[in-house]
Order: sequence, then structure tokens, then C-alpha cells
Amino acid sequence: MATAEQQTSPQPAQASGDKTWHGIILQTLKRNAISLIPYVPDRVLTPLIKNLHADPFFTTFAAAREEEAVGIVSGAWMGGRRGAVLMQTSGFATLANVLASLAVPYQIPLIMFVSERGTLGEFNYGQSLVCRTMRPVLDSLALEHHTITRLDELEFIADRSIKQAVTTQAPVALILNPLLTGGKVFDK
Amino acid sequence: MNTDLDTRNTKVMNRFDITSRLIAKLKHEEAVIGGIGNTNFDLWAAGHRPQNFYMLGSMGLAFPIALGVALAQPERRVFALEGDGSLLMQLGALSTIAALKPKNLIMIVMDNGIYQITGAQPTPAAGVADVVAIAAGSGLANSAWAADEEDFERLVDEAMSASEPSLIAVSIDDKPGVGTTRRDPVQIRERFMHGLGVREPL
Ligand SMILES: Cc1ncc(C[n+]2csc(CCOP(=O)(O)OP(=O)(O)O)c2C)c(N)n1
Repeated sequence: MATAEQQTSPQPAQASGDKTWHGIILQTLKRNAISLIPYVPDRVLTPLIKNLHADPFFTTFAAAREEEAVGIVSGAWMGGRRGAVLMQTSGFATLANVLASLAVPYQIPLIMFVSERGTLGEFNYGQSLVCRTMRPVLDSLALEHHTITRLDELEFIADRSIKQAVTTQAPVALILNPLLTGGKVFDK
Repeated sequence: MNTDLDTRNTKVMNRFDITSRLIAKLKHEEAVIGGIGNTNFDLWAAGHRPQNFYMLGSMGLAFPIALGVALAQPERRVFALEGDGSLLMQLGALSTIAALKPKNLIMIVMDNGIYQITGAQPTPAAGVADVVAIAAGSGLANSAWAADEEDFERLVDEAMSASEPSLIAVSIDDKPGVGTTRRDPVQIRERFMHGLGVREPL
């Protein structure tokens, strides 16, 4: 499974019986009425982004910066519409300010999916260092976060975490580990 | 004040006065997002409304937050007040808004050419860049300088029924905001959600 996910899936996988990681995430978002999806892309997220764009239930679009995307979904939530932000590890590294000055103090259930670069075969030293800043930042704000490594645990963790974020009005970061997605390996 | 203000041939106005003029025009529970510092201080001073949201940090995110509100409630007009220094932090947001084209979003830039609240240092854009040209170049065709107070009010009226997002830039003086927002983020957010009809009070 894992290695095949490094390439963009040729077939949009949207059937409810779909058991790819991105199919499960898409269905879990839909089931939880999360329809606004701004993102800054990551290679690994490509099949998810593509299938979200293809599904009219979602308003999926690129933002110029991750903190901008956080602002958008925060405003949308206050207006009664749920969203989630997709990003890679380096995108998360730009977020400490907006987490600490908007999402946390205003109690906004910010839902983040972070494709984890920088570990398990990283080829770029900068990426691996950036990755090491992520969990200390999350822990310093006592933010809920889960690193998802197994396909059979994905739906449970994602679904429960989204519901917990909404009901406790607290942000959550779901970190998509290379063991789940296949990650990105050296490609020249 | 800055030399660029003269060459643009716009009157130098006042943030509190402009904000009060805007608020006086709002009759349909329009949402208003006040950016960090003076923009939300003057929004507060103009008179609290349940549809006002005050930012206590996250410099540069007034337009993105307003965009989110506008996408969630397409039938409601949503205004955002942002300082020129704050906008410079998040110029990419202009293109995101241009791409999504929410017609109910109205962006107001309070341009004093300085970071007033941190000691009135000039921004890097002061005297060299033009906010309206940047916005137009970012894809927001419906962008204009307000020539004076009456022109500002006319531009707001136009924006109320526009079919695309609007940006209004206002040359302002170097005065600080006249009020101080009560810094209670949870209450601010909760009351805003009541004001938008998303929630009932406990
Ligand atoms: C990321 C970040 N950098 C710096 C600051 C400090 N800061 C707070 S308000 C401000 C200036 C805002 O300038 P502008 O938006 O032009 O509004 P004005 O003060 O001129 O009314 C600065 C630099 C901050 N809060 N966040």
C-alpha cells in the first residue's frame, strides 16, 4: 500500500468502501460536515487534495500561507461552517503565532492535517530539523495531537479527534506519518 | 505624514471617524472584523455591536478571518478593517480572495504608512508601494482609494450591492485608536457567534 501512495492515484477513490488513507480521510471529513478545505500543498497529500477538489461537497482551495488558511477556517467556524487545513510539516512550523494568539485563546476547534516530512527516510536535512520543532510547539500549547501510522486506526483517530475538537472547542493536529502515507523518498 | 499621500491626491482622513461612518451605515447586521491594534480599538470605540469581532493578535489575518465568515454566510455582508502594516504581512490573502470572489466581502485598508501602535515606524511600503495597485494586481479589480469621507461612504454603498469583493483604501493620519477593546477572547468569540446567529446565549 505504502509505496503506491507516493504517486498521485490515477483513479479518484471516493467509494464509501474505499480503504486508502486519503479515501478514509475524505469520508471522515464528510461525515463530520467539514466542507471548507484550504491547503498549502504537499506531495504526499496530492491524492487527497485531488479527490477533495473533485467532490462538490467540499470547497477546496489553495491559500498562500498556512496561517492564512487557519484564519479562514477560524472565521468560517464562527460563521457556522466547519473546515480543516491541510499542510506539511514545514507549514506547521509557521503557525506558532496564530495558534497562540487566535485558535487557542479564542477556543476555536481548528482541525489540522499535517503530512509528516522529516522522518523515516527524509533526504533533506532542513526538513528533518523543521520536523523536530513540531511536537515541542504542540506540547508547549498543550494541544491535542496524534501521529497516525496505521491504516486500521486512521478512521477511529480522525473521527474521534474531530468530534473532540468540536465539543471541547480546542484545536487538534493529526499528523500523517510516512508509515500511513508512504511518505516521500529521494526522487532526484 | 508621508509624501506618497500627497501624490495620490486623496484627503488624509481619520480612522475613528471613518470607522464611525461605516458603522452608522450598517443596518442589516453586517459582520465587521477589526484587525490587530488600532483598527479594532476604533471599531470598539465606535460602539460595540454583536456582529463585531476584535483581533487580539494574529497580525495580518483580518481579511482571511473575514473571508471565512463570508464563505460561511454568503447572504451576510462582511467587512474587514486592516492596517496597512498588517496587510503587508499577508498580501497573498488578496489573491486567495480574488480567486474565490466572495461578493459579500468588503476590505477596508487604513493606510497611515506606519506601524502606529508600535512606535510609528514607517512600513517598508511607505512612499514606494500603492495598496490599491497591489490589490488590483492581485486580482481584486474592484479596488479604489477613497478621495475623502463622502467618497468613502459612496464606495461603501456601492460595495453593499457589488457582485464581486471590494477593497477600499483610506489615507489616514498618524493618530492612535481612541478606545481600548476589552481583551477577553472567549467572550469576544462567543458574542460574535451570537451576533451571527450561529449560537444562542447559555
Ligand atoms: C507577527 C507580528 N509581528 C509584529 C507584531 C507587533 N505589532 C503589533 S501591531 C503592529 C503594527 C500594526 O501596524 P498597522 O497594521 O499598520 O496598524 P497601525 O498600528 O498603524 O494602526 C506590530 C508591528 C505582532 N503583533 N505580530
